[in-house]
Amino acid sequence: MGIPGQEHLWDKEVEGHRTYNDVRIFTDEQLKNYTEEELKNFKPKHDSKMLDELEKGPWPSFVSDIKREALHRHKLGQDNLMIPAEICDDLLGIVELSYKEGETHWKHGGIVGVLGYGGGIVGRYNDQQAKFPNIAHFHTIRVNQPSAKFYTTDWLRGFCDIAEYRGSGLTNMHGSTGDLVILGSFSDQLEPIFFDLTHDLGVDLGGSGGNLRTPSDCIGKARCEFACYDTMDMCYEMTMQYQDELHRPAFPYKFKFKFDGCPNGCVASIARSDMAYIGTWKDDIRINADAVKAYAAGEIPADGGGFAGRDWGKFDIQKEVINLCPTQCMQWDGKKISINNAECNRCMHCIDAMPEALRVGADQGVSILFGAKAPILEGAQMATMTIPFMYANKPYDTLKAVVGKVFDWWTEEGKNRERIGETIQRVSLKTFIEVLGIPPMPQMVKEPRSNPYVFFKESEVPGGWTRDINAYRTRHPR
Amino acid sequence: MSKGKLGYFNPQKPQEGRITDIGPNHFEQMLPPVIRRNYGKWVSHRILEPGLLVHVSETGEKAFTVRAAAPRLMSVEHIREICDIADKYCKGYLRFTTRNNIEFILDDEAKAKALKTDLDSRKHVGGSFKFPTGGTGMSMSNIVHTQGWVHCHTPATDASGPVKATADVMFDEFKNMRLPAKLRVALACCLNMCGAVHCSDIALLGYHRKPPAIDHEVLGKVCEIPLVVAACPLYAIKPITTAEGKKSVTVNNEKCMYCGNCYTMCLGLPLADAEGDGIAILVGGKISNRMSMPKFSKVIIPWLPNNRPRWPEVTSVVKNIVEVWAKDANKYERLGDWAARISWEKFFEKTGIPFTEKSLDDYRLAVDTYRTSTQFKYTSHSWAVSKAVNGI
Repeated sequence: MGIPGQEHLWDKEVEGHRTYNDVRIFTDEQLKNYTEEELKNFKPKHDSKMLDELEKGPWPSFVSDIKREALHRHKLGQDNLMIPAEICDDLLGIVELSYKEGETHWKHGGIVGVLGYGGGIVGRYNDQQAKFPNIAHFHTIRVNQPSAKFYTTDWLRGFCDIAEYRGSGLTNMHGSTGDLVILGSFSDQLEPIFFDLTHDLGVDLGGSGGNLRTPSDCIGKARCEFACYDTMDMCYEMTMQYQDELHRPAFPYKFKFKFDGCPNGCVASIARSDMAYIGTWKDDIRINADAVKAYAAGEIPADGGGFAGRDWGKFDIQKEVINLCPTQCMQWDGKKISINNAECNRCMHCIDAMPEALRVGADQGVSILFGAKAPILEGAQMATMTIPFMYANKPYDTLKAVVGKVFDWWTEEGKNRERIGETIQRVSLKTFIEVLGIPPMPQMVKEPRSNPYVFFKESEVPGGWTRDINAYRTRHPR
Repeated sequence: MSKGKLGYFNPQKPQEGRITDIGPNHFEQMLPPVIRRNYGKWVSHRILEPGLLVHVSETGEKAFTVRAAAPRLMSVEHIREICDIADKYCKGYLRFTTRNNIEFILDDEAKAKALKTDLDSRKHVGGSFKFPTGGTGMSMSNIVHTQGWVHCHTPATDASGPVKATADVMFDEFKNMRLPAKLRVALACCLNMCGAVHCSDIALLGYHRKPPAIDHEVLGKVCEIPLVVAACPLYAIKPITTAEGKKSVTVNNEKCMYCGNCYTMCLGLPLADAEGDGIAILVGGKISNRMSMPKFSKVIIPWLPNNRPRWPEVTSVVKNIVEVWAKDANKYERLGDWAARISWEKFFEKTGIPFTEKSLDDYRLAVDTYRTSTQFKYTSHSWAVSKAVNGI
């Protein structure tokens, strides 16, 4: 957890670490309290003919899974649960009703939370309370996931116990932004959940509302040779640095950080984060000449073997790599690949195609892009290239300084429910780069503007904007 | 952890022993030993078979990753089974991917293969696989999605249902690596797009088709009318006083594009409607910078019905588009790159999807999407125009 000195509380490789047994709620007997046979014969409380159709087919069925949890809760019994034992039955019932009618039965909003926090919990009530009382409340608790969503089973089992004892036993693994999500708790359980999450599991809530949303990152240097900076560490550090902004909404609207280790963009930062950190490099692509020969000889498959399901013929470096390079900065003489790195735009194609021969450069950092968002309100936007390269080394002070400028300005200038991309659109990129204190660069645009409606500052035009019409008329009579 | 209604929480002394602002668990303690030993030292990787990757470190060590699908809506019973598997095969470590897949990381190839076999053998009593492996390389990875009727108040469709139906139809593409490039499918149940589907190869998007119903009884009491008026991107909402003297709003139905932003601000303006609601299909987006720049998905079908429980109209369109693309595209060509190369007129011709007046943008900056060139290809669409003006 983020308490100094307790970063290895759950570390299995460290003597005396916390285990599931230290925090568990249920006994082994309670956890294994039904048989496969019972599950086969189990009938939930409400009829669910339409949902039952979704048990068929090969893809993992969420309906089968909810039924399994419903049975487990029945067998645990109400004495062992703080949330109605039949909450999953009622969920199947109310969703079946939506399937019959074609409309949702969840009511609008409901402000709930824990003391001192303005975000992290989303209130939810159904509009069929008489019919489905066991799911009268179905609040969502967002729990801040660890970087790249790595877990130990000890920790996860503890999480499962609390999600079942004080929640519906259903989760999202994970929410779209990245949080671990406990679905279906009641208002009176929120404080006890928060207490146990922080004390026993060593974890905090995530963000919701007009605040910094829970940052998320790709797997980075933990298991990827493309990662150009330590996404997991930076995600953790930046989450810790901005805890206040994350828990206490003070922004005009949501603000998302996402950390992608390379331009392949596995966490989609460029499409969905207000401030996207994307790894890049500024020296040369590293070439392993022997491996290039092995590729040419057909000894190593393209894209790490990702095309193996179809016969695409022999791998052809000229056709598949050199000719598909968007900047045409590569050459192949039949033996050797050479790259004019100054012309490379680091799209990743050659590296993706030949990962054993070509590697990202060694002088690595991040590009920062601003303003991505989904369509509501002004239409979807992708993030704009704003800062081409910065080193991203712990403790990330230079990067935090940029964030400080952005938060100070946007908190002041942003309108209610306006994402920073829309603020930038409203006040112009020109204004935004002044805020950041950076010069304009052609890399910020796809091409130069085609309309000539250029705004000048009064100070830029000799004599300013105070005009003397009489003097004008001495030169140009009416 | 605590037991009983209030657990360790004392409502009389809510600040007592309170811990706040501790953030997430530190990731290092969650990393499998093989990852710790080789953190930042990886040099290359290979996909040994669908659902099984190997990463090679500069130390010579190898990490084997088994990837399995998961519905992101998951019970704790399901998670406990995942934990049992992780305890049995990989020292109690596991992770989830951004696309809601489960990954088990080991340092032993034989064990990884045994784990994979085990995962593929497990089934729900209802018949579906619990943990089918796949989703690597040139396949369809897991379909990311939102909450839908399971939890959300603004959806125009369900999420888990249409995703399950689509993934069933596309299951072979998850299990195999025979597509021309990666295929990323996503579903968002309304325009808010919690799932940010707008840069996916195929995006399924819940879409309302009716302006909000107006609850004059409560609107003035529970909503801030100026905020409701300001919430409308098309200035279609105006404040009024009803004949009964109640403060409320009117909606200019001609202007409304059913975005639901007003409902987000005010519960007095619900949009959900069984006949109005359905799914729009957008294609050709991507996130990656590989070869071409990231792209938005484009609307190719403005609306299909919520035909419960299996959305056959939607799933057949998805299957058809993928089949046509897979057959026609060059190696490495994402769906959007393929459509751009062959031309969108050919995309519509080859897929047989009708191009209607709704495919012509009529929102802001629509003019940017109009073709200002003589470069086009002849298709049945162009001949129909020529005929309409007696040109041929």
